[in-house]
Amino acid sequence: MGRIFRLGDDIDTDQLAPGRYMRGGIAALAAHCLETVRPDFARIVQPGDILVAGRNFGMGSSREQAAEALRYLGLAGVVALSFAGIFYRNAINLGLPVLTASDVAAVEDGAAATLDPVAGALRLAGGAAIVLDPLPENLRAIIDAGGLVPFLKARFASAATP
Amino acid sequence: MPATTLAQKIIGRAAGRSAPSAPSAVAGPVVTPGEVVTARVDLAMIHDSGGPRRVEPILRELGVGLWDRDRVVLISDHFVPGDTEEGAGILALTRAWAAENGVAFHDGEGICHVVLPERGHLAPGMFVVGGDSHSPTGGAFGAYMFGIGATEMAGVLATGEIWLRVPGTILIEWQGRLGPGLMAKDMMLALCGRLGMDGGQYQAVEYTGPAIAALTMQERMTLSNMAAELGAQVGLIAPDRVTAAYIEAAGGQPGAWQGLVTDPGAALAAHHRFDASSLAPQVAAPHSPANAGPACEAGAAVDVAYIGACTGAKYADLAAAAGILQGRRPAPGITLLVAPASRRDQDRAAREGIMGVFEAAGARILPNACGICAGYGADRLEAGITCISSTARNFKGRMGDPSAQVWLGSPLTVAASAVAGRITDPREMMGAA
Ligand code: SF4
Repeated sequence: MGRIFRLGDDIDTDQLAPGRYMRGGIAALAAHCLETVRPDFARIVQPGDILVAGRNFGMGSSREQAAEALRYLGLAGVVALSFAGIFYRNAINLGLPVLTASDVAAVEDGAAATLDPVAGALRLAGGAAIVLDPLPENLRAIIDAGGLVPFLKARFASAATP
Repeated sequence: MPATTLAQKIIGRAAGRSAPSAPSAVAGPVVTPGEVVTARVDLAMIHDSGGPRRVEPILRELGVGLWDRDRVVLISDHFVPGDTEEGAGILALTRAWAAENGVAFHDGEGICHVVLPERGHLAPGMFVVGGDSHSPTGGAFGAYMFGIGATEMAGVLATGEIWLRVPGTILIEWQGRLGPGLMAKDMMLALCGRLGMDGGQYQAVEYTGPAIAALTMQERMTLSNMAAELGAQVGLIAPDRVTAAYIEAAGGQPGAWQGLVTDPGAALAAHHRFDASSLAPQVAAPHSPANAGPACEAGAAVDVAYIGACTGAKYADLAAAAGILQGRRPAPGITLLVAPASRRDQDRAAREGIMGVFEAAGARILPNACGICAGYGADRLEAGITCISSTARNFKGRMGDPSAQVWLGSPLTVAASAVAGRITDPREMMGAA
């Protein structure tokens, strides 16, 4: 079980990976992840926690560190009404589950839940479940492998041993 | 066959959906916006900055080589001429990698987005990735070309494949015709101002209308190039005779381009209409291309005028700027810098007396490379400098010191501003205002 962090619309890459901390490596950067919207976020977030946001999550620059910071903090994934295109690409390729839902109004901040990217469900502790759009097969394979590079590694390794 | 967009047609073919054996009623590339597909890449372009030095370690980790060396083009531009120790090292690594891997390599011949089509590498209908954010430039040729990061590029180089979410199409229609003193750059700055830097929503922008059809190929490239500033994945223009003629002259094969259009009635994500005839020359104030407004209202004094970049120093841009500078000189104390986008464009400009105009005006001619636009070399804007630039981006600190103030304008506006010493509507010097 993870904890839900509820966020609004238009969470941008500068909120996820603030430009002024970009030179310090991913650990230093992740310590400032989302601090402008949730000052305590990086301190209290636990592996398995889940972000639930509104529209256009990850808008802004093409920096991969925005998705990398969330991976580093151990987030189980992000559920949003929609994602910005380049962030979505980066998240998938770094192995961070990103799933869209048509309605997240019922999801409350601080609730306990588990994310099931395969079944396409966000299961809340009380028994209710939010239906998520299932990830297409080709993207699920990348997520399951832990990102594009591990995915390709496995693919070439199995090609080498027939 | 259902009405489809140009983007759907190219992606459908690249994703293997246009089954030739299917009955005609369902034949054709049926991919739907929102759907995620895996597409075969026809060509991958990389440059010295995001290329070998970043992809080779990943390829080594994967333990594989290039999927098809004949479909990879490497171009050095960001660190040319190698006037820093770091830049020289990166160029040496780039050259060694090119020799080892046997890919087409254009070294020091100009900026990748200009050199790629100039050498006949692009054709309508191709599905192309580039390791640079201005890769949408290829869309001017009716190719679906977009930018990706180094990790994804390594994946493409290893497999020849990439996944993408089929975009919706944002049709940007320009009626009328650009007047004298106006260029494609003015259209783009106006669009950045109107739609904002995320107006493209990572969808496929497609430019259409009589004002687009009337543009030369290099002017169309400026539109597609700055689709990046709109936040679009691509900036397409349906191919026509102008496209085919350019490609043939470049030694390429335009192929069967006639059907590559967005069908009437195809579902669109948005349809914007603008009038080119009523457009005034635009500039974008520091530090965003979206800070656009009429050049005549800016009035800022400038120190440096920069004619450079894939966006603003192609042959067409040099010719336009020289038209203003013919018989004129920059105002006292103004530095005029000209970095022609490719060696071929510079050679042509030299033959036609255009380079002579710049020299007579006291311009400093810089290498055929990204130069100050990338800000990676020894030439950078110093603290407190105000610059009017024909480049695509004026983000804080990109071209030099963070206190430098960069305005964006067309090459005509840059030239006129150099002469006046302050930001100026070029029509004031063309007897048309
Ligand atoms: S000239 Fe500028 S915009 Fe063009 S590729 Fe080089 S750095 Fe990028």
